[in-house]
Amino acid sequence: MSDLVLRVNPILCDGRGLCAELLPEWIEPDEWGYPIIAEGPLPRSLEAHARRAVEACPVVALRLERVAAGQSSRRGT
Amino acid sequence: MSAGAASSERSTTRLLAGLRSDGHAVTMAAHAQLWGPIPLELRPDELRARVAASGLTGRGGAGFPTAAKLESVAGSRLRPVVLANGAEGEPPSGKDKALLAYVPQLVLDGALLAARAVGADRVVLATTSTVHATVVRALAERPRVKRISVEAAVVPDRFVTGEETALVHLLNGGPAVPTYTPPRPYERGIGDAPTVVLNVETLAHLALVARFGPGWFRALGTAEEPGTALVTLSGAVREPGVYEIELGSPLGRLLDQAGADATAQACLVGGYFGTWISAADARSVALSNAALSRVGAALGARAIVVLPQASCGIVETARVARYLSDESAGQCGPCVNGLAAIATSLEGLVRRPRATTNMDVLRRRLLQVAGRGACRHPDGAVTLVASALRVFSDELERHLRGRGCQRQGHPVLPVP
Repeated sequence: MSDLVLRVNPILCDGRGLCAELLPEWIEPDEWGYPIIAEGPLPRSLEAHARRAVEACPVVALRLERVAAGQSSRRGT
Repeated sequence: MSAGAASSERSTTRLLAGLRSDGHAVTMAAHAQLWGPIPLELRPDELRARVAASGLTGRGGAGFPTAAKLESVAGSRLRPVVLANGAEGEPPSGKDKALLAYVPQLVLDGALLAARAVGADRVVLATTSTVHATVVRALAERPRVKRISVEAAVVPDRFVTGEETALVHLLNGGPAVPTYTPPRPYERGIGDAPTVVLNVETLAHLALVARFGPGWFRALGTAEEPGTALVTLSGAVREPGVYEIELGSPLGRLLDQAGADATAQACLVGGYFGTWISAADARSVALSNAALSRVGAALGARAIVVLPQASCGIVETARVARYLSDESAGQCGPCVNGLAAIATSLEGLVRRPRATTNMDVLRRRLLQVAGRGACRHPDGAVTLVASALRVFSDELERHLRGRGCQRQGHPVLPVP
């Protein structure tokens, strides 16, 4: 396992579907073409493919993040 | 909407003490007489220590520890802002509006004390239009506090407005839509200042914790979930309204006191991001997250709706699912498409004598949508729908087999 996770910014994502085509082992499109990303850290064997998918995203919605950093802190009142 | 206390052997009336019988707001003079002066002389760290020891949690729905929220902005280099969140956009909930309409001074006390606790020089109290005038009058009635400005802001009465990032966005002049990426409000919020967003009921409790201390606060409630909380009760109830309950007290007691229909089939607990539970569970469960989690539910925004025998839980849920889909901020594909498709699936169950819905597709959509939006809107909607399929499984079966809906009563869940 790497210490990287793939995250999609759902506001930026347009569901173009390139990522799911480039990384089908880890990303599955839902019925509208928006990516469903597997949970947990990315296997090392997929790292190169993941980088390609990230670079291919035309709206810069897909990102590789270190597991420790970037944990989304969601809070309400 | 009426407000009253669910009184029992010992009084659980705190926030709603001293209500006037004419429905007008408690005046500043009456407020001061009831609770004594606002303890603004307390040091910030003292105030934060009291809140921490009290175990007060956010009363807006998410239940985050209030002390942790205060700490998140207390050490900021820039002066923080306190955002009092009274943007109660949830149709079955009226407790924040009731609090602001009847005891606005208690909320204002809490907001000022929160400002003192974190070193803020600015308080913004955001409410929907219905209570704005009351808040403005209440502000005019009280003396100004040195070095803390208080503004009342009106926000649209929409479901998503109360989501804290959406609210900050709106007050900064943008659209009321949630954000996904940092900075979070506690890092950069209103006017780029670190902003602590606290629900108005949380602030009312804070005003009393500051005065009477953590021991007093913990004298009611459970060790894990101390204090009281406001509940909005509606549906098949003789006296619907806002009730102050002790956390951990039986839901059945509240239902009896409010005159809930004894033959009711189910209760919606936690509002439109909440959970349907059977009448049997409703009769045996306590009003705490610990107890409710055992029946798959949570207090959430503490709106409770009693469903009478005559109303169909699947129809009710279909209507709310469509409402929640329409109320999506429209930013995230899984929410926009998923909630619309889920609503259509539910409508397909009830629109014709024989259902046209493929249940496998509906169940797959429920699993796929959760967790994939920028905010918790899709997650909440899915929670509600999934619980309906569980609790109304007999009803669901009838619709699927084309046996006809036997519950043609008027729906009880409001969809504006």
